[in-house]
Amino acid sequence: MASIRRNIVPYLFLIIPVLIYLVWVIGPMFYTFYLSLTNWDGLTTPSFIGFRNYERLFRDKVFFISLVNNLKWLISFITIPVVLGLGLAMALNKAIPGEKIFKMNFYMPMVLAMVVSGIIWGWMYHPKGGLINTALVASGLVEKGPGWLSDRDIVLWSIIIVAIWRQVGYVMVLYLAGLKSINPQLLEAATVDGANSWQSFWRILLPLLTPVTIIVLVISVIDSLRAFDLSTITRWATELLLL
Amino acid sequence: METAREYFKSPWRVLIYIVLVIAAFLWFVPILTGLITSLRTFDEILLNGFISWPETITLENFKTAWERGGLSRYLPNSFIITIPALVLTLFLSSLAAYALARFKFSGNRLIFFTFVGGMLLPFQVLLLPVFRLTDFLGLYDTYWGLILFHTAFQLGFCTFMLRNYMRTVPGEIIEAARIDGCGEIRIWAQIMLPLTLPAIAAVATLEFTWIFNDYLWAIVLLRSDSLKPITAGLATLQGQYVTDWPVIVAGALIGTLPTLLVFLFLQRYFIEGLTLGSTK
Repeated sequence: MASIRRNIVPYLFLIIPVLIYLVWVIGPMFYTFYLSLTNWDGLTTPSFIGFRNYERLFRDKVFFISLVNNLKWLISFITIPVVLGLGLAMALNKAIPGEKIFKMNFYMPMVLAMVVSGIIWGWMYHPKGGLINTALVASGLVEKGPGWLSDRDIVLWSIIIVAIWRQVGYVMVLYLAGLKSINPQLLEAATVDGANSWQSFWRILLPLLTPVTIIVLVISVIDSLRAFDLSTITRWATELLLL
Repeated sequence: METAREYFKSPWRVLIYIVLVIAAFLWFVPILTGLITSLRTFDEILLNGFISWPETITLENFKTAWERGGLSRYLPNSFIITIPALVLTLFLSSLAAYALARFKFSGNRLIFFTFVGGMLLPFQVLLLPVFRLTDFLGLYDTYWGLILFHTAFQLGFCTFMLRNYMRTVPGEIIEAARIDGCGEIRIWAQIMLPLTLPAIAAVATLEFTWIFNDYLWAIVLLRSDSLKPITAGLATLQGQYVTDWPVIVAGALIGTLPTLLVFLFLQRYFIEGLTLGSTK
């Protein structure tokens, strides 16, 4: 009797959280997949049509353009913050004057809501009054600054810069934690054996940081798919202004 | 200053330091710009250009955003949504995490991976069904519709983090309590939770910022302006004060204040939360 009771205990602990999770997250995921295989106008009952929607999607021009944009976004969002974040972590992993202020400064953007980042950058990018164009014109480099958020060729990169600005601090924090867990004797041993800092970085430090790098990559891929707020708010800001 | 002299021994370090200072300044520029803008008038900025010495310094923009822009109504909503969602998520995920970390039963791994898998979902996948579900339950355009969704969506991450942390608690303590006839609920409440407190604090600070900063779900699951949290309110403000950037930026700064305070005071937990999963 006692063992039966012990056996149902974990299920009792799990029942409510799992139910909520199934209803709000897992169920909807499958429902979306089901809907993608149907023909549905949003009102009548969906009718099953197999993979026809996907066929249509891949023939759609807009979809293809957004897919390419997404890829550009994904690649820059992964590579640039990883390089910058790792560099910052290595520089700040020493007893460096002002260490705390540096760190706080770099991960501050992460605390801001996407909406807030969007607003602040929307203002930075403002065609006339914004800081960037004002500075560009004042320095005499250009007569009229580019339309950071209205020029088709630039807008994607303008928004990627904001995303990178937010992400670097996060990557830095993860690498700092990783660097702390590395035994300094390993690096000392390498120096004694005549390895220069270039070699010990590529052959020792980076391989030891592999678990952190994997986590950083996974997080970056997840976050890169969540760019809705940022692109909407920054774009929207200027579209309104251009009216 | 001994450490500074020590640090700057090699010229390379001096160079690195200069690069760091420049980078740090660049990173701070947007926030600084926001701060300066919020204290000036838009007319003056347009007249003299942004890079000019401010003639007047005013808090009027904050007042406009707060009173006429309606942020005084939106900000309380943010707390009404964030706090219950945060408490519920932590409560439910600590229950689930305890079961997953401390019991052997069939389905343990499956349930664990379900939580982790859901955590990785892009939210676009959930948009339509969650909207319909909320509507079906009669919770569309209510605080609870949004609170329940946040609770459910964050369960994956919280359960994952807390489960990993609970596995590091020595088993002898729990065994000893069991032998003394302590019930499982009491073990969870009086032994497991106190021992997991550092992880709970870390996850809580992170979750607070994430839920508080949500914008997308607020505009999907709420319609009434009177229920909207500050993120959605800021978007409304942006529409209202199209041509007055200082007011919009001042509003954005007000909206940042709660998360900024949480971050400044609980910084240690915040950073621990971010790195909790990566080093253990």
